[in-house]
Amino acid sequence: MSQPPSEGTSLVSMTDPAITVRDLRKTYGDLNAVDGLDLTIETGEIFAILGPNGAGKSTTVEILEGFRKRTSGEARVLGLDPAHPTREWRERLGIMLQSTSTNAPLTVHEMVTHQSHLFPNPRGVDETIAEVGLEEKANVRSTALSGGQRRRLDVALAVVGRPELMFLDEPTTGFDPEARRQFWQLIESLKDGGTTIVLTTHYLDEAEHLADRLAVISRGKLVALDTPAGLRARAADAVVAWSETGADGTVASHTEVTKTPTATLRGLLAAHAGEVEDLEIRRPSLEDVYLDLIGRDSEDLVAEGEAELPGRTTATEEASS
Amino acid sequence: MNQASTATPAAASSARRRPSMAALVWERAVLETKEFSRSREQMLFIFMFPILLLILFASIMGGNDIGGGVDFKQYFLAGMIASGIMNTGFQSLGISLAIDRDDDVLKRIHGSPLPASAFFMGKIVHVLMVSIIQIALLLLVSALLYDIPIPTEPAAWLTFAWVFLLGTAASTVLGIAFSSLARRGRSAPAVLTPIVLSLQFISGVFFVFTQLPSWLQHIAEVFPLKWLAQGMRSVFLPESFAAQEAAGSWQHPATAIVLAIWFVLGLAVTIKTFRWQRPGDR
Repeated sequence: MSQPPSEGTSLVSMTDPAITVRDLRKTYGDLNAVDGLDLTIETGEIFAILGPNGAGKSTTVEILEGFRKRTSGEARVLGLDPAHPTREWRERLGIMLQSTSTNAPLTVHEMVTHQSHLFPNPRGVDETIAEVGLEEKANVRSTALSGGQRRRLDVALAVVGRPELMFLDEPTTGFDPEARRQFWQLIESLKDGGTTIVLTTHYLDEAEHLADRLAVISRGKLVALDTPAGLRARAADAVVAWSETGADGTVASHTEVTKTPTATLRGLLAAHAGEVEDLEIRRPSLEDVYLDLIGRDSEDLVAEGEAELPGRTTATEEASS
Repeated sequence: MNQASTATPAAASSARRRPSMAALVWERAVLETKEFSRSREQMLFIFMFPILLLILFASIMGGNDIGGGVDFKQYFLAGMIASGIMNTGFQSLGISLAIDRDDDVLKRIHGSPLPASAFFMGKIVHVLMVSIIQIALLLLVSALLYDIPIPTEPAAWLTFAWVFLLGTAASTVLGIAFSSLARRGRSAPAVLTPIVLSLQFISGVFFVFTQLPSWLQHIAEVFPLKWLAQGMRSVFLPESFAAQEAAGSWQHPATAIVLAIWFVLGLAVTIKTFRWQRPGDR
């Protein structure tokens, strides 16, 4: 890192990446929840971290938020090592946790107002509440809100401090499609305000819709880093497959991944006088590309699903004792 | 105010408009008290339960003369004030912190720019506010229903002030320390309630301390409630009763030392073991 982790260099850090991660690792016992991750997230972009449950998304994000300590590797978030968070650094972050907000018997307005007082240069409280579409619920206690409304309250609490960088950890899990679309609009309006947004999700369409770039993580490893268009382009490739029987009677299978299947086919037809054996042309969907990236070994994925369990083992132990 | 490039101005002005520590502590204390006042269970437990106990004990054995011209309701009032401080600072705070940890409330606070010291000082101010109301209610009820005299000399109130502050400080840090012992928020009452209840039996709250077997007295002497109750008796009982105490005096220096030791001990454990997140969520 050439950039010193000092505050007051915000003009310089504007042009620097918001987040850099090198060889990040987090192990629980002999389990590698995050297994050598490299990421650079640019200032002002919406960056999605996509992966199945237990892939290490939340562990990664919580290390970057300063909640968890990494086992090894380097991490810089807004120029600072997140393992040693400071108040100044926290003032520049907005965090929306994976869990939904509290059961505090306080109204939306009271909670947002309090949160705004923790920051040096907050947004207007009423303006923020209106922005997340809760103005009619401003004087309702959080306990009386629906699940979707509480998530909106979480967004309001995360943005009211006017953060430079926002973390949204699975923000729309459990939403119906309509609520999800509304939520996306909200996030897009934040990006227009210049905020860098890091989003974890296990919904492919969410990442595709919102993100400038996305990382696909599986078993704690980066398996793809691309733009949504780039990922879609991988789906544009067609697979042409056929077989050829040689002069000695052996059968050889061929597959060709190509952007121009018609040309490939023309060549094949020219080379074969009769039938082309086992001829097949497939086009994978975006879903196929994603599943192929994360699911090379579905057995491993099941084991991986337990990757985030160290936190739960205490509960299990207690339940059985 | 609504410019597009929010990042640069936010960072540039951060040094200028940071809220003051005192403002944050006060805001936290007011917010916690507001939450408390909206929780019916908490209000009943902290405000009504001690009054109910006072009325019950005063009705059942209030008239018993226990020597030194003091009857049991007077003795019990001092004990109730002492255990009220412990209920609010230790039991109630410990349980609510454990539940807040379980519900990621503490994690959220940790993820915000609120300094940890402002959070804890806000808790302490909140506990002080609630305890003062609780004690005022107890004194009001005992004065109205039982004509228990309330001390008027400044010396008594000076004693009250230091016993109250030291007792609250010790209870609060112990409550915070104990909140980390319960693995789940739901199990916190099961951990804390038996401790508090047992201490009330052996520390001169439910029974006159000197009527306990001496081995129980010695056990109680290790813990803070015995000293807190004795300190409160020195405020609310006549000076002549000092001779009836186990040591034949109010033992103010010993009271101050024991409560201070528990405060330091609680603080050390708190600093060492306090966690913002659930076990395993790290």
